[in-house]
Amino acid sequence: MAAGRFTVVGGGLAGLMTAIKLAEAGQHVDILSIVPVKRSHSVCAQGGINGAVNTKGEGDHPDIHVKDTLRGGDFLAEQTSVKGMCYAAPGIIYLLDRMGVTFNRTPEGLLDFRRFGGTLYNRTAFAGATTGQQLLYALDEQVRRYELAGLVTKYEYWEWLGMVKDETGRCIGSVAVDLRTMEIRTFLAEAVMLATGGPGIVFGRSTNSVINTGTAAGRAFMEGAIYANGEFIQVHPTSIPGEDKLRLMSESIRGEGGRIWVPKRRGDPRPGKEIPEEERWYFLEEKYPKYGNLVPRDVASREIFHVCRDLKMGVGGRDAVYLDVTHIPASVLDAKIKGVMEIYEKFVGEDPRKNPMLIFPGMHYSMGGLYVTFDPGANNEPIVGSPKNQATNIPGLYASGEVDYAYHGANRLGANSLLSCIYAGQIGGPAMIAYAKNAAQSSTAAGTKPFESAKKQWTERFENIRKMEGDENPYQLARELGDVMTENVTVVRYNDRLKKTLEKIQELKNRWSRCNVLDRSNNANRSLSFVNQLWNMLELAQVITFCALLRDECRGAHFKPDFQLPQPKTRDPREDPEWMNAWRSQRDRWLKITLARYDKEQPQVTYEPIPTPVIEPEPRWYA
Amino acid sequence: MDPSQPTPSQEKRFVTFRIWRQQSPDHEGRFEEFKVPYRQRANVISSLMEIQRRPVNAEGAVTTPVVWDSNCLEEVCGSCTMNINGKVRMACSSLLDRLTEPIVLEPLRKFPLVRDLVVDRSRMFEALKQVKAWINLDGTYNLGPGPRQSPKDQARMYVLSTCMTCACCLEACPQVTLGNKFIGAAAISQARLFNMHPTGKLNAEDRLRGLMQEGGIQDCGKAQNCVQVCPKEIPLTTSIAAMNREVTKQVVKDLFFQDTEAQAASGPA
Repeated sequence: MAAGRFTVVGGGLAGLMTAIKLAEAGQHVDILSIVPVKRSHSVCAQGGINGAVNTKGEGDHPDIHVKDTLRGGDFLAEQTSVKGMCYAAPGIIYLLDRMGVTFNRTPEGLLDFRRFGGTLYNRTAFAGATTGQQLLYALDEQVRRYELAGLVTKYEYWEWLGMVKDETGRCIGSVAVDLRTMEIRTFLAEAVMLATGGPGIVFGRSTNSVINTGTAAGRAFMEGAIYANGEFIQVHPTSIPGEDKLRLMSESIRGEGGRIWVPKRRGDPRPGKEIPEEERWYFLEEKYPKYGNLVPRDVASREIFHVCRDLKMGVGGRDAVYLDVTHIPASVLDAKIKGVMEIYEKFVGEDPRKNPMLIFPGMHYSMGGLYVTFDPGANNEPIVGSPKNQATNIPGLYASGEVDYAYHGANRLGANSLLSCIYAGQIGGPAMIAYAKNAAQSSTAAGTKPFESAKKQWTERFENIRKMEGDENPYQLARELGDVMTENVTVVRYNDRLKKTLEKIQELKNRWSRCNVLDRSNNANRSLSFVNQLWNMLELAQVITFCALLRDECRGAHFKPDFQLPQPKTRDPREDPEWMNAWRSQRDRWLKITLARYDKEQPQVTYEPIPTPVIEPEPRWYA
Repeated sequence: MDPSQPTPSQEKRFVTFRIWRQQSPDHEGRFEEFKVPYRQRANVISSLMEIQRRPVNAEGAVTTPVVWDSNCLEEVCGSCTMNINGKVRMACSSLLDRLTEPIVLEPLRKFPLVRDLVVDRSRMFEALKQVKAWINLDGTYNLGPGPRQSPKDQARMYVLSTCMTCACCLEACPQVTLGNKFIGAAAISQARLFNMHPTGKLNAEDRLRGLMQEGGIQDCGKAQNCVQVCPKEIPLTTSIAAMNREVTKQVVKDLFFQDTEAQAASGPA
C-alpha cells in the first residue's frame, strides 16, 4: 500500500498516540481537534499512570495489575484488551520516560511510583500532580516533529460533525466545521479514529473540560455505531464543587497519605483543624481496614454519599467531607502533589497544607462508550497489527480513549485512564493501517459524490440551525439536562427517578426544536455549533439513562439500592453458600455488555455475554 | 451537590462587567456592559457562562453571547488567557471576590483577533518548532527506560515543563508586537528545558541555532515582565539568561571552530 491519508479526531493522549503510530509508519494524518491539541482534556489528569514495573520490592507483576483492573471494574471490562494493556504498561512508561516526561524520581535516579486506589501496590508513575499534562505535552512534542516533517496536518478549532460513508456503509471520511470561519468541509480518509473523550458535560458540571460534550460519540451512535455500557459513569469521590465545574482533587492526595473524615458530632460547628483527633470519624479506614482511603472510586463515592445524605453527617450538615493532608510535611506535599494543592488554594482561597479540604463526589469519567472489538492471540492479548483492534461496528471507523467502552468495565481504577488512552492509540494506529491495506479498494474509489452530498447535508443542517429563533436558550437547556442527570443518574439510582429523567430528556428534545440560535453571524459562531452539539448530548443522555434503567443490579459504579444483594453472613462472602448462590444468579443474568443501537424513539438495547479467557469473575469486596 | 450553596439574599447582588465586543478584525470594537448575579466562588468564566444563558446587556437589550476560549477551568490547559482589569491572566482562576468592579475583560492585544475575547496564538506553537522543543526519539518501540535523573534535576525540569503556552509572557513583553516575530520567553524556556534533559542535550546545538534565527533570543529587551505574569511561576528570566550564555558560547564556537570540526568529522584526507 502506498502511503494513505488517515483522520484522527481528537488531540488528547489517545488521538496523539494514534497519530504518532500512523506517522511513524509513513502515513499521512489529519488531526481534527476542537481546541489546539495541547489544550485537550488529557491535561486534567493529575495522579499518574499505572504500570507493574515493580521497583519497590513488592513483587508486583502485570498479572496482578490485570486482576486489580478486572476486579476494580467488577469483571465487566473486555479481558483481552485489559491484559494487553497491563502487559504493555511498563514499556509505555519507559517510552514516555524516553520522550522526556518529567516523572518524579527516587534518590537513585529511577522512576518513582506511588499508590493509587483499588490496589495494594506502588504502581503509579507520576509527574507531580499534573501527570496528564506532562504526558500530553510529550506526545504533542513528538507530533510537532511529524508536523514539521510534513506527515501530520493539524486542523485545530475544527469540530467533527459526522461520517462520510460509501454505498456499502464503509466510513471513508468525515465532515467537519471550522469553528472560526464556520466553513464546512469533508476529509477523505482510509480510516477514521474517533478519540474524542468522554461526555462529562452531559452531566452539566463535572470534573471534565468544557469541550467534553460527547457530541462526536453521540453523532457516531446516531449514524449506526453501537454504544456499549453507557450506564457506567464514574463519580470521583473527591472534587471541589464550583459554579462552572467540579474541580478534581486527585486520588494521589490519598495515595500520599491523605485521609477522609467527618466530625463525630453531627453539625459540629468548629473549623476542621480545631477538631481533636479522637472526635474525627475516619469512616473509610474504619470500614475498609485493608484498603482504607484507597478503596476504588465507586466504593468511596457511595460511602461519602451515605455519610452525607443518609446519616446527615456531612461537615456542617452539608454535602461535604474533609480530605486532610495537614499531617503531611508541606515539603513532601509540594514535591509530590503541588499541582492540586495550588488548585485548592487558588479556587477555594484556603491553604490545604494548613486546613483540611472540603470535598464532595463529582461526575468524572464514562467507562462506557463506542463498542470496539479486539483480535486476541494465543496469549489472550490483542494481536498488534490486526485491523480488528479498536474497530467499531462500522467498517473504517475506529475508537480509542475514553470514547471506547472496553478497558474499565463497571468502574475504572485511578491512573488506568492515561494508560488505556496510550495503549489504545498504540494498537489503534496499526489497526487502521492494516484495515486500509486489506481493503479491496481505497476510499478514493467511491468518487466525489458521497463527499459532496455529505457536505450539502451538513451545510443545510447548519443553515437550518442558524434560522432557529424560538424562545428556548440552548445553554439553559444544557443546564437543565446536567442538573437532572447529576441528580438521578450518578451515585445512587432508582428506577422511578430514571423514568422521570427519560421523560425530562424527551421534554428537552421537544424544546430543542424551539431553540434560539442566539447568534446568526458567520464568524466564530459558538452557539451555532453548540445547538448542534446539544442534540447529540441529549441522544447520549438518553442512552446512558435508558441503559441504567434496564440494568436491575448493582455493579461497580452502577448502584441501585432496590437491587442489592443481601449482606453476606460471613466476612469473606465466598464462605456464605446462600450468598454465593445469589451472586451466581446475578452473574448469569447481568455479567453482560450492554449494547445500544440508535432508533428514533428510544435506543434498541441488547446484551452480550462477556468472554472471560483471562480471569474467572469472582465476588468483589474490599473489606 | 454544592456545599457553597448561595443563600437567596446573595442572588440579588449583581456584578458589573465591561466586555470587549468585536465581531471580527475588520469590524469596529466596543465595550458592552453586563450585570451578572453574584454567586460565591464565581469566576470570570462562570460569569461568561451566565451571560450565555441570558444574553442581555446592562441596558436590557438582547445581544449575542460573548465568544471566548476556555477548556479545563483549572488553570492547566492555557486556553482562557485574557486581559482582566488591564492585567493579563487566566480567566478561570480569576475569582470575582478578588477583582474590583467594573470587571473589564479585553482580548490579548499582541495576537490577531478572531472575535470578542478570542485571539490566534499559533505564533507560539510555531516558535516551538523553531526551537525544536522535543526529544529526538528513535521510535516508539520499546527500548527500555530513559536515562537516570536526580530528583533535583527532575524538580528543575518539571517546573519548566508546566508551561501551558497560555501567552501571558508574550502579552506582557514590550518586545512582542502584533507584527513582529519575537518568539518570546515561553519558547526560550522550552529550549532550555530540552537542553537540560540528558537525551535532549544531544541536540542542544539545533535549539541554540533556532534561538539565533530571526525573532530569536537577541530580541529580548530584558524588561522582565514575563516572569511577573507567568501563572505557573516559571523562572522565565533565569531561562533567558541561561540560554543567552549558551547562545553566546555557540556563536564563539561557530566563529572559531566550525571549519576544524567539519574537517575532523569528514575523516582523514
